[in-house]
Amino acid sequence: MSTWRVGWLIARKDLRIEWRSRVITNQVLPFAFVTMVIFGIALDANTDVLELVAPGLVWLATMFSLLLLVQRAFSVEADDGALDAMRVAGVDARGIFLGKAIGLVVQLLVLEVLLLCAAMVLYGETIRLDGVVLLVTTMVSATCGLAAVGTLYGGLAAGSKGRETLLPLLTLPAVAPVLIGATRAVESALGTGVAELSEGWQWVSLLTVFAVVFGVGGALAFGPLIDE
Amino acid sequence: MSAAAPSEPPAASAVASDGSGPVVELRDVVATLGNFPALSGTTMHVDQGEIVLLRGPNGAGKTTLLRLCAGLVPVVRGTATILGHDLTVDRERVRPHVGLLGHQNGLYADLTVGENVRFWGSTVGATTIEIESAMERMGVADRLESVPVSKLSAGQKRRTALAALVARRARLWLLDEPHAGLDQRARDELDEILTQASQSGATVLVASHELDRAESLATRTIDLIAGHAGSESDR
Amino acid sequence: MTTLDPKPTDTPSDGGTVTPSRSTGTNATRVIGIAAAVAMAWLVLFALVISPADVNQGESVRLLYIHVPTIWVAYLSFVVTAVASGIYLFTKKHSLGWDRLAGASAEFGVAFVGLTLIVGSLWGRLTWGVFWQWDARLTTTALLFVAYIGYLAVRRLGGSHQQRAKRSAVVGLLSVLLIPLVHWSVVIWRSLHQTASIANTEGDIKMDGTMLFTLFVGVVAFSLLYVWLVMHRTRAMAMEDMLEDRGLDVALAERRAEGAGR
Repeated sequence: MSTWRVGWLIARKDLRIEWRSRVITNQVLPFAFVTMVIFGIALDANTDVLELVAPGLVWLATMFSLLLLVQRAFSVEADDGALDAMRVAGVDARGIFLGKAIGLVVQLLVLEVLLLCAAMVLYGETIRLDGVVLLVTTMVSATCGLAAVGTLYGGLAAGSKGRETLLPLLTLPAVAPVLIGATRAVESALGTGVAELSEGWQWVSLLTVFAVVFGVGGALAFGPLIDE
Repeated sequence: MSAAAPSEPPAASAVASDGSGPVVELRDVVATLGNFPALSGTTMHVDQGEIVLLRGPNGAGKTTLLRLCAGLVPVVRGTATILGHDLTVDRERVRPHVGLLGHQNGLYADLTVGENVRFWGSTVGATTIEIESAMERMGVADRLESVPVSKLSAGQKRRTALAALVARRARLWLLDEPHAGLDQRARDELDEILTQASQSGATVLVASHELDRAESLATRTIDLIAGHAGSESDR
Repeated sequence: MTTLDPKPTDTPSDGGTVTPSRSTGTNATRVIGIAAAVAMAWLVLFALVISPADVNQGESVRLLYIHVPTIWVAYLSFVVTAVASGIYLFTKKHSLGWDRLAGASAEFGVAFVGLTLIVGSLWGRLTWGVFWQWDARLTTTALLFVAYIGYLAVRRLGGSHQQRAKRSAVVGLLSVLLIPLVHWSVVIWRSLHQTASIANTEGDIKMDGTMLFTLFVGVVAFSLLYVWLVMHRTRAMAMEDMLEDRGLDVALAERRAEGAGR
């Protein structure tokens, strides 16, 4: 059983569960949306400011939602002892990591697209055509990094006492480079403020390195982390 | 071999990973739950094809013993050899051949019976035919196959979990109160499945409160008292 | 797995009564402790009395004699944590001694980063007029502070000693990878959106010989202090672990007696 095949099986299973249970559409999406609204309120509905900071707010809302999605992804496994069953069955831990991460990537990408739409409606953000390639690349690379960190620490916290509080404590400092990089890259792509299109690409390289480091590190570390 | 107080003389234990050597060989095993020594020095020995009943009051360490054999609870002291592999060293090589059915079923509530069994079967590379026949044997094939697990009764869930276990082709079955929540017919079927499994070479370790039923099934009984194996009786 | 380590005196498996030393001090720690104390006294003398006030910063420059050594020690301790975690994880023996070294080092790393941030923001208030600047080094350091608090939280998750060691070793290694990533991102961020001024003020410090020497004394003094603290803490942790194992022996004896009484 190859790692990729296991990953594919688990990702497909996770996405099927999420599709059926509708937790995303019923809870995570409304949460992300209300976050965007209260950001607007906190910034006094000042459209100039909102347009300027919109990319950062989109990523912040994504990260808060990431915490919810990760907890959901691992409570699905822990509820009826499925994670234990996978360990007993000797399912490749790297495959589990990969599968959970792929499942998260897909969910996060859907969420990000919807949040961008919300930013266009609520904050008056506009998308320019020549920035689309940069925008998509940024979203994909940033999301891979986020999903890798989330899966890694979600697996670590799964099944331990106080996991609700441990997960954000571990995850948020770790994804700070993604927040910085992805925000600046999206600013470049959208042309917010004074950002140049060319500036965005050096951020994409940072995001890619981040995703690779945590993707590879996470896959290798996942076995020891979920074991025992 | 048996089961007495700790520190027996070390018998020769040249064990083949397949063949007729002992399937489970525990020597003064200590395992902890937090700081509590759930197993306080268990020594026991199970041969291939046996159906062994683990008896003991609540808190005697039955569940921990089964989880230890499945490689879920670490061996703190002593040695545990399962299917010829040392658990502290070679746990990865033991696990694929071990099936554990504990208090939890390991099923995804939002997926259907068929999807669950197929998922668990395919994680270990079982073929479609093996998976289908496992579902048929546990009676969850036709009508139940497309029902979500969340809509099943406790007994039906258990049967689905057993089907996943059968599909995984485990050589050592570790069952924790498998009869709980099953109706009369399902219990008889379960007994038959366990007997069949042992006849085809699998080894079965059952922890059960329902002594009458399990005793009629078991080839041997081991009493677990306060975390170590006490008396033992052949049948 | 027993947790024998590093001395052969601990954990008799049948509840015997070997009494290990109750002190965490040895001749080595005493020597280092005295050296650290002397170096500290020396640092106080140089930092407060002998070295001159800075032309631009005035007396506030003296804060740097704590600020710079503490941040140096903090980064040193995080690197020690990572190296010890790596040795624990990649050697066959999985010796808990390395795990305890990693943990002890991270504890003092967090403490020293905290000290750095406090002293640094006081210095910033005196020099720049503000407590905080979104400067690359400051931001990186603040994020690391939180990341290593997370590491310490992972150490307290519970479970067996080996379990604690394995988990925290993974987090310790990943956290150290975070240092260059966070630093890189913050550096490009700040260089693109230059807020000017600070970088210049900082570059303006004209260090004369006495000041440089005082900094050097500070680094030596705090390094010695760190080594002394880590040695004691590592031993204390070994004793804590031993105590838990001893507790297991007692609990085991009780449980066996319970079985025999039936």
